[in-house]
Amino acid sequence: MAHMAPTPVTDPGQDKTMILNMGPQHPSTHGVLRVLLEIDGENIIRVMPDIGYLHTGIEKTCEAKFYQQVVPLTDRIDYLCPMTNNLTYVLAVEKLLGLEIPPKAQWMRVMLNELTRINSHLVWLGTHAMDIGAMTVLLYCFREREDVLRLFEMVSGQRMMTSYFRIGGLALEPPLGFFDRVREFADRFPSRVDEYENLLTGNPIWQMRTKGIATITADDAIALSATGPTLRASGVDLDLRRDAPYSSYDKFKFNVPLGKNGDVYDRYLCRVRELRESIGMVKQALDGMPEGPIKADAPKVVLPDREKMKTQMEALIYHFKIITEGFTVPAGEVYQGVESPRGEMGYYVVSDGTAKPYRVHMRSACFANLQTLPKLCEGRLLADVIAAIGSIDIVLGEIDR
Amino acid sequence: MALAPAITDIEQLKDRPALARLLAWHTPAIESVKYDREELTIVVQASSLREACALLRDDSSCQFNLLADLTCVDWYPAEPRFEVIYNLFSIPRKERVRLKVKLDSSSPVVESVTSVWPGANYFEREVFDLFGVRFSGHPYLRRILMPEDWNGNPLRKDYPVEGYR
Repeated sequence: MAHMAPTPVTDPGQDKTMILNMGPQHPSTHGVLRVLLEIDGENIIRVMPDIGYLHTGIEKTCEAKFYQQVVPLTDRIDYLCPMTNNLTYVLAVEKLLGLEIPPKAQWMRVMLNELTRINSHLVWLGTHAMDIGAMTVLLYCFREREDVLRLFEMVSGQRMMTSYFRIGGLALEPPLGFFDRVREFADRFPSRVDEYENLLTGNPIWQMRTKGIATITADDAIALSATGPTLRASGVDLDLRRDAPYSSYDKFKFNVPLGKNGDVYDRYLCRVRELRESIGMVKQALDGMPEGPIKADAPKVVLPDREKMKTQMEALIYHFKIITEGFTVPAGEVYQGVESPRGEMGYYVVSDGTAKPYRVHMRSACFANLQTLPKLCEGRLLADVIAAIGSIDIVLGEIDR
Repeated sequence: MALAPAITDIEQLKDRPALARLLAWHTPAIESVKYDREELTIVVQASSLREACALLRDDSSCQFNLLADLTCVDWYPAEPRFEVIYNLFSIPRKERVRLKVKLDSSSPVVESVTSVWPGANYFEREVFDLFGVRFSGHPYLRRILMPEDWNGNPLRKDYPVEGYR
């Protein structure tokens, strides 16, 4: 965070250029991002993103919590895709423990993750379109987002901070009628994506604002550690769901949409196509949902069912011990990467053999993707900065942690 | 699924492309190796880290072209106190490897890898900000998350969780 620096970050030099401050309180910066722009008239000379306004020290807080207590913190990093963050963290800890997760829990996790991706992409699409001037799209997107949030509320009781995944499985069985509601949504959703595309894809104003704007080459994107749609729009075929499968993603069939030009339009197309792929995977999950338990068979790690806890002494003891002193995790270190809606979400968890993690590092996709912003904007026009920021889909909670 | 014991014997692991390439290049640069929970960790001498990274990125048998993550762990009060961790991913070969550098608390400095991956910029600034590890050759090594005039490095283990009051 350079905002308290006593000297200006850039030296304007001669009278030709000026420094323009954008944010941190600006609707188009998607949160509290501040961007310093050195401009010559309308032309951008330099771009300096300034972050840290939402830094809450979550990584430090994690070190003071039991392993299970970290899960609700992971929701709060990226409030648009809580399930993805939950999943990445629990997968990392399960890898440390060497836990085997029952198939039904894995499939539920996949299904909920794809719904999360839809949720996140809808918010991105609505706000991104509104930044560029297409106001209507936001209303359409939030209509479907509401449906997804209701589904989340059904399984977890929460609309945004779900904390539904547990180390070793899921918190609860999905309620009666849940799958029917999901299927209803999955049947309705593709036609809704057509509606968004009718508004934007062929729209000449949208194309003028996005085609050929804020381009980045594949080599530059890789060198800057960009991942997710930001990377794929430049034609790099990398999707961790397929390339480093986790949680039975290898049992699902899906395409990885790729772009060619690496411009705002291609990033838009990639994400909109991902919406269709995701809903396809939700349907596959509904059709093939395995039967069985939703929690791993590990009484020292996984909380017993409520019913058993109240009727069996042994279950009560385990319950008491897990709640009061947590569970120990064998010493070691693990890095788990997951394809979040924004790119590679990674958790690096170090255990020293106690009941609290020694270190939890969150590799945030937006944090790395934000580094592409100067590359996207420099040498272009001021108005394109807004399109560029929207197109890399940043969430400041995740960047600042 | 019971955990398999970690393998730390270089002889057993030397077929791994990343390790084989580094051994062929400069054997003394490798301090130790660990294969645990299906993840390969190579501890490299701090002085040869940048060259090792460049080698792994460019070599045709490795192609670790994406710097997935860069972070640090503080093992206070043990020495060497800091471990800087580089998680590399190979997009063509879909494989991960982890490089590690151990640094003493007296001079926590390591060469910056921004010349290999420009994307290391923010990651190194974050480690500098939160741990106080310095990266020589970094183009703009300043605090990134904490305010510029902040005292201390919050993720160090001797920094209280509630902060200084």
